[in-house]
Order: sequence, then C-alpha cells, then structure tokens
Amino acid sequence: MAAGDAHVPAQAAQAMATGRSIELILLGFATVLVTGALALVEANQEQELTSSIVFVGLAYLALFAVGHLAVRRFAPYADPLILPCVALLNGLGLVMIHRLDLAEVEKATALGRELPTELITRQVAWTAIGVALFVVVLWLVRDHRTLARYGYTAGFVGLILLALPGVLPSEISEVNGAKIWLRVGGFSIQPGEFAKILLIVFFAAFLVQKRELFTTAGRRFLGMELPRARDMAPMLLAWGLSIGVLVLERDLGTSLLTFGIVLVLLYTATERVSWLVIGLSFFIGGALVSYQLFDHVQRRVEAWLDPFADYNDSGFQIAQSLFGLGTGGVGGTGLGAGRPDLVPFAESDFMLSTLGEELGLIGLAAILVVYLVLITRGLRSALSVRDSFGKLLATGLAFTLALQVFIVIGGASKLIPLTGLTLPFLSYGGSSLVANYALVALLLRISHAARAPQPRRPAAPVVPIADAGTELVERPR
Amino acid sequence: MPELVLQLTRAGFLALLWLFVLVALRVVRSDLYAASGLRTLVPGGGRSTPRSGRGRIPRQLLVIQGALAGTRITLDARPILIGRADDSTLVLDDDYASTRHARISQQGEEWYVEDLGSTNGTYLDRAKVTGPTRVPLGVPVRIGKTVIELRS
Repeated sequence: MAAGDAHVPAQAAQAMATGRSIELILLGFATVLVTGALALVEANQEQELTSSIVFVGLAYLALFAVGHLAVRRFAPYADPLILPCVALLNGLGLVMIHRLDLAEVEKATALGRELPTELITRQVAWTAIGVALFVVVLWLVRDHRTLARYGYTAGFVGLILLALPGVLPSEISEVNGAKIWLRVGGFSIQPGEFAKILLIVFFAAFLVQKRELFTTAGRRFLGMELPRARDMAPMLLAWGLSIGVLVLERDLGTSLLTFGIVLVLLYTATERVSWLVIGLSFFIGGALVSYQLFDHVQRRVEAWLDPFADYNDSGFQIAQSLFGLGTGGVGGTGLGAGRPDLVPFAESDFMLSTLGEELGLIGLAAILVVYLVLITRGLRSALSVRDSFGKLLATGLAFTLALQVFIVIGGASKLIPLTGLTLPFLSYGGSSLVANYALVALLLRISHAARAPQPRRPAAPVVPIADAGTELVERPR
Repeated sequence: MPELVLQLTRAGFLALLWLFVLVALRVVRSDLYAASGLRTLVPGGGRSTPRSGRGRIPRQLLVIQGALAGTRITLDARPILIGRADDSTLVLDDDYASTRHARISQQGEEWYVEDLGSTNGTYLDRAKVTGPTRVPLGVPVRIGKTVIELRS
C-alpha cells in the first residue's frame, strides 16, 4: 500500500476520533439526569412543579454548551468523556445543595427563625465563574509545554498562596478553626486550592529538568538503592511544606494532598520504589509527630477510632454521616425524601453522606465510577502524550483528583481520620470548584495534545535496504 | 408524592444514572481499540494495520533488488526455498547467500520467513530474523544482495 493511500482513511478515522459529538450527546444526557434529579427533589419536597425546572435545565445545558464550544474551538481532539463527567458531578452537586437549602428553610420556618441565606445562588455563580475560567485557560494555554517555562514562577506564587492565610491575622483568614481563607470584602476564597495546581506545574517542570539527578544510584541499603542525600531536597521541601501548612493553618487535608502529589510525581518521574518507601516513612514520621503535638489531630483520630464514644461532641459529624449512609442503604431514600440536613456540613465535607442517604449504595457507586472514569481518562492522557512534562503534569492533575476523592470519601465513611477537603465538583465551595475547572481545562489541553494527529515529519533519509544496518528481532508469539 | 411514584422515580433515576455510566464505559472501550494515543509500530512503518492486512492476501513474490530483480513467483500453498542449491524455488547466484539459505512458507493466511542456518543471515526490513517471523505485505526481506517482497 502506498503512503498516499494510507493517508486518506487515516484522516477519515481522525475526523471521527475527535469525539466531539459523543461529548455533546453525553452532555445532553447529563442535562436530562440533572433536570430529572431537580424535578424529583422539588416533587419530594412538596414544592410546586413548574416549567421553571425546564428553564433551569436549559440554562445548565447552555452553560456547558459554552464549555463544549470552547473545547471544539481550542482543543478539538480533547478527550470526550472528561467534560460530561465534570458536568454531571457539578450538576448533581448543585441539585443537592439546593435540596439542603430547602431543608434549612423548612427547619427555620418550623422554628420561627429568620431564613438562612441560600447557598445555591452563590454556588451557581461560582459554577459560571468556573466555566469562564475553564474557557480562559483553554484559550490562554495553547500548548501545555509553555507552562514548563514558568515552572519556578508557578512554584513561587503557589508557595505564597499556600502560606498567605497562615501568616495573615486570624480575622481575615480563619473560619471554623482553619486558617485557610482569604476574606476580601464579601468574597472568601481558599488560595490553597489554586496553589495546588501551581505547585503541580512547578514540580512537573522541576522533575523533568532534573530527572537524572533523582535516578543517580546512591548507597544500597536493605536491597534497595537510596538516593544521594542532596537529591532528597524536593522530598524534604514537600515534607516541610505540608507540615508547615498543618502547623500554620491547621489544615490536615491540604497537607496530606500536597505531600501525596509530590510523592507520586517523584515516583512517576524516577520509577524508583525507594522514593515510595522514603515518602511513606516520612509520612508516618510526620503523622506521629503531629499526633503528639496538635490537639486537633488527636481529636480527629479519636473521633475516627470511635465516633460514638463522644457522640454529642467530637464524634457527632462522623456518627451522623454513618447514620445517614445507613439510612440510605442499598437503594437510598429517593432524592429529596431523606434527612441529609441532620449531618453538619452536609453541603461541603459530608456531601458523600448526603448522596449516600438519598441515592443509596447503587447511586453512590455510580458516582464513584464517574469519578473513576474522569481520573482514568486523565491518566490515559498522561500515558499517551508524547512529552515528559505533559506526562508528569497530567499524572499530577489526575492524581490530585483521585487523592482528594479518596481523602474525602475515606473521611466521611470512617475509613481514615476526617480531614477538611471538598469532593471535587460536588461539594459546596467556590474556590475548590473554580480551581478544579482550571485543572480540568489543563487536562483537556494535554489530552488534546495526546490525541491530535501527529504533524507529518519529513521522512528520515532512507538507507538503501541492501546496505542497512542490522538488529535482532524477537520471535513473535 | 404517592409512595408508588416515589419508588418508581427513585429506581428510574438510579437506572438512568447507571445508563450514563455504561455509555461512558462504552466510549472508553471503543477508544481502547481506536487509534487514539498508543500507536503500535509494526515493521514497515505501520503501513499494514491488521484490518487492511487481513483483506489482502499475498499472491506473489517479487524480487526487487539483486541479480534476479524483476523475477516474480506466484505463490501457492507450497513453501518457497531460497538458496544457491539447484533445487531451490529461487536459485540465487550470490556470494553472500548460503546453499540452503531461507524458507518462506504459509501458515494459515500468513506467510512466514525462516532462516535455515545461513552464514550471513536473513533480514526482515532492517532486523535479523532469528526464528519464523511473519512477513507483512510489502515489507522487504533481504538475503545477501537480494531483496524480495510479498505482493498481493
């Protein structure tokens, strides 16, 4: 077959493989699901069923159609599954936040208190800002490799953002005992959520530049090769960083996340198990020390070991969450028919038990599979993209989502001690939502680079076959 | 809301949710086999993908370089012996070829080349053949100064 012949069917296949139509169909499907969920909530909460639900559904579709068009325009070969998964999770999150609002209003009316502020209007606004940032990132970052040039800048800005709430006075930065906020005017944002992405960019760029440093053989100990002491610097930096965050800001979740990301990036870059062993021993050391030093860590661990020992105080959240999940059972109570508002922070840290109570194990499993699809698509982009910076960046971004989902779900279901993090896209929380949209835009940019057809390179000069060099081929099986 | 409706909508919503998941997983599956990121390199610069190769069966053997260039042998089920021996199917007069140099034989629909212990070796494209190796269409096999190809 001549090369010209091969070119034509390949182009036809590529036109189909962009997957933009699949993305649009799945977005439509997500719209149906979210609108259906909203209708069920309204019906079960004895609200009036009006045609406004259809308009809400259409507005949702329009919002993600903007995202879809941006992908079509700026990253036409991007992965078709990432955006619909994000849209579905975000939509379900909005419905559940609205559902909790209804419960709070009902409670306030029954007790004759003043009506609480509705969280849903804010979250809808944050969603719109998130999609806008998504479009902007896709538009600005035309090639993810340019980010590698700003590695150190990203790392510097990220560190400042991470440390900023810790050093600022408490009245600006403290909410519910965690100094992770930045309250300017009416807005409150968590700079740590954005620092996360910047730090991943930094570590990916840094590791690509200095990769050979970390693979240099060091001293052998107990059958594995330890890296040289001076190459341990990034590990120590990450460790210090996460401990520092913990001390300054009393934020277990972010420190665990930072540490985990650096560990995984190091392992991905070097393929050396010794880094995992060193990292885990650092983790254990850090965990033991912080358990000894900090009250709030001790309280969290005690509430984790036995939430019912101190049911009315420190164990209350987890105990209520477990009751909620238990009430849901296998099939759930039905959307809008449970009492998820009995769990404190049901709209943010405990979104899991809200969903688990009303959708049951079956629905919760579906949502976990949606997360799984989202994360595996990110990792697949990492596998198939051709430059090592893109590989590391995509691994880091996808793994952040994975680790965050694990930490939150593990915390709410009493698998690991509870730490304050949000479920990506589902929970209430503007900063987390907007930052995660930027993260997904970067993932789509990398998956576009991975799936786009390669530009045709000029053919290498062909040695006449009779004079060609020789090598061995393996016998195929 | 009546209890029956509640139960039906509850089950219906969960079914729809899982339908979404299954559709997404179907896309994942179809993507595994499509040319998305991982492109397997086959000898011959990826010119013969399995799909296009299956429909086209080799019908003749063509000598494209060497003293016998232009010679065509129509393939049938019998194996083709190549070497300096007089009873070979393709008799080479080449200082770099052995008496019994190589055999190209059919197994199923595929053709395989096998080196018969030659001095200077047999090469598929640019790689030395150590055992029976499949010969895709249009990939050159080099024996001494002679280069042959399978054509449909």
